[in-house]
Amino acid sequence: MMLKQLYLDMLRIRMIEQSIAERYNEQEMRCPVHLSIGQEAPAVGVCAALTKTDRAFSGHRSHAHYLAKGGNLASMLAEIYGKETGCSKGRGGSMHLCDLDAGFVGATPIVGSTVPIAVGAALSIKLKKEEAISVIFLGDGAMETGVVQESLNFASIRKIPVLFVCENNLYSVYSPLSVRQPINRSLCDIAAAHGIKTFLTKENDVEDIYTKSKKARQLILNKQQPVFIEIPTYRWLEHCGPNFDNDIGYRTQEEYIEKREADLLEKYIETLEIKELNKITSKIEDEIKIAFKFAKSSSFPNSKSAGDFVYA
Amino acid sequence: MSRKISYSKALLEAQDYLLKTYKEVYVMGLGVPDPKGIFGTTLGLQEKYGSERVFDIPLSENAMTGVALGSAISGMRPILTHQRVDFALVAMEQMVNQAAKWHFMFGGKMKAPMVIRMIIGRGWGQGPQHSQVLHNWFAHIPGLKVVMPVSPRDAKGMLISAVNDENPVIFLEHRWLYDLEDYVEESSFSVELDTCNLLRKGKDITLIGVSYSVVDCLEADKTLREIGINSDVIDLKSIRPLDMKTIISSVKKTGNVIIVDSGHVFSGISAEISASIYEELHGVLKKPPKRIGLPDYPTPTSTSLSDGYYPVKGDIIRATFEILDIKDKIFENENLNRRLDQPNKFFEGPF
Ligand SMILES: Cc1ncc(C[n+]2csc(CCOP(=O)(O)OP(=O)(O)O)c2C)c(N)n1
Ligand SMILES: [Mg+2]
Repeated sequence: MMLKQLYLDMLRIRMIEQSIAERYNEQEMRCPVHLSIGQEAPAVGVCAALTKTDRAFSGHRSHAHYLAKGGNLASMLAEIYGKETGCSKGRGGSMHLCDLDAGFVGATPIVGSTVPIAVGAALSIKLKKEEAISVIFLGDGAMETGVVQESLNFASIRKIPVLFVCENNLYSVYSPLSVRQPINRSLCDIAAAHGIKTFLTKENDVEDIYTKSKKARQLILNKQQPVFIEIPTYRWLEHCGPNFDNDIGYRTQEEYIEKREADLLEKYIETLEIKELNKITSKIEDEIKIAFKFAKSSSFPNSKSAGDFVYA
Repeated sequence: MSRKISYSKALLEAQDYLLKTYKEVYVMGLGVPDPKGIFGTTLGLQEKYGSERVFDIPLSENAMTGVALGSAISGMRPILTHQRVDFALVAMEQMVNQAAKWHFMFGGKMKAPMVIRMIIGRGWGQGPQHSQVLHNWFAHIPGLKVVMPVSPRDAKGMLISAVNDENPVIFLEHRWLYDLEDYVEESSFSVELDTCNLLRKGKDITLIGVSYSVVDCLEADKTLREIGINSDVIDLKSIRPLDMKTIISSVKKTGNVIIVDSGHVFSGISAEISASIYEELHGVLKKPPKRIGLPDYPTPTSTSLSDGYYPVKGDIIRATFEILDIKDKIFENENLNRRLDQPNKFFEGPF
């Protein structure tokens, strides 16, 4: 995997998320959106180390994970627009993405709740002796739930082929880590205490994330054991929605600026020739334009079908 | 002195009073001290009463409910807040197996005076896991009290009563009520947890609303009065205990009843009320009771589906026509200038 490709994948996701933020005020995407801007590296770095048949799961902030795993852009946007052509037929919206062809099995927004489900998918991989792993993306907040502890424990004792990817962006909504977790205990410590092999990556560094994820995947497959990766990262926009919210007082503008200035994607982009960059971005823009056109022009689910899918 | 304040301000005042008056009271929940302060209902409380008594919690609803219970049986009076009932489902075990039964299963030796505030209700694209209305689950459990205040005055008075109650109280707040304004006394006062409110009087039919549905019932009543149909409108502010006395005496008078729930109809409080009415008033009822509420499927996210999901005033009016055998009138739904998952036409998301 070329480093350049990793950065371009990140750029694509950032541009997609920005395009959602820009159009959000048109009031046509009528559902909460938890955007991933600033957090593209974990999604891209991890997913680049996966194969298509590896299964991925996520939570409320799942756009980047879905896209990095190869989820269809047009169906994601159509879902956010509440359309029948959406990946969940408009029933779920932004917080309920899935693309089974891409191995993105599902994301739901009850924090922590998809973690055991990913472990269960990994259990089936193990029982069926498939050459694949299951990956669950979770946040620092999710580590505080009981269900995650229970999942780590079970994955450890039964040697489940699952990769726990914990994106530590320092906040759960407006609550900093300091009011939620002890300062002298890291997220990796939690997994390690369950007897699980852990990796801590460099902050938001896609190359390091990719390298460690690749190693983790090999370990999972070769030794049939779970692995836990902690990735320090940072969300740029408000917890939910298209705006910046540093002004409301739960984090400082200085912290935000410091994180933004350290952004490796922006640094990478600066190294590209203007001409090349323009070529790349205009290609992505075209893709985005077409996908939005599809989403906007698709029809809404027929109201008569509202009761469909309650039972199989 | 009484002045107009919002439902959220009323809840804030109640907690302010409780924290000031009782040293046993403390307030905790995800986001309690954050800049949004649970729709403004906890704003400034940490600054005023300190982080020992007003605090944020880890993302650990289940454990924290047990913590609330453990402190309650040890003399504290916790107010635990969950930003959505959906999130608190992970704490169902603590609420149902433990808190509800603690007093009973130890032969009355201990009490569990705790209040669990949970937000219910619909909103813009909240979808299947962020907008449920689940009072009917809690109502099934002996040992829990379940209340759903609608007016700002009841919100304040009932929260004060709930904290003073010796039992676990499930306190459900519909998110569309926070901006509702009405007159509320500045001083502290309590409002009973075991009665319902007869808001309007009429002889033709009884309309019973649950939580936000009361607003729909009042609107329907207004329109119906214009054409000479007068309803008893009952605000069912307590689900358990259920004030059947007030309901029975109303239906005895009117002979007709419609129950409007803001949750699912199936297996809900409207069934309980209908059955109880029938048991007592068989022969008095002029027509079978009608029940209105959410259909039998989860909340869809897409507006094309959620528009048909929520009952509106027109549904109540048409049901009234049907019961009263009024055939010469029709009522078309009004153009609301908003979609049904929008509290008002100015709402622009994101949640
Ligand atoms: C069980 C549960 N409790 C509370 C919430 C409300 N909530 C949604 S996202 C979120 C923050 C989660 O933080 P984290 O896991 O760190 O993810 P991040 O938003 O930082 O990406 C919270 C508290 C929820 N969805 N589920
Ligand atoms: Mg976080």
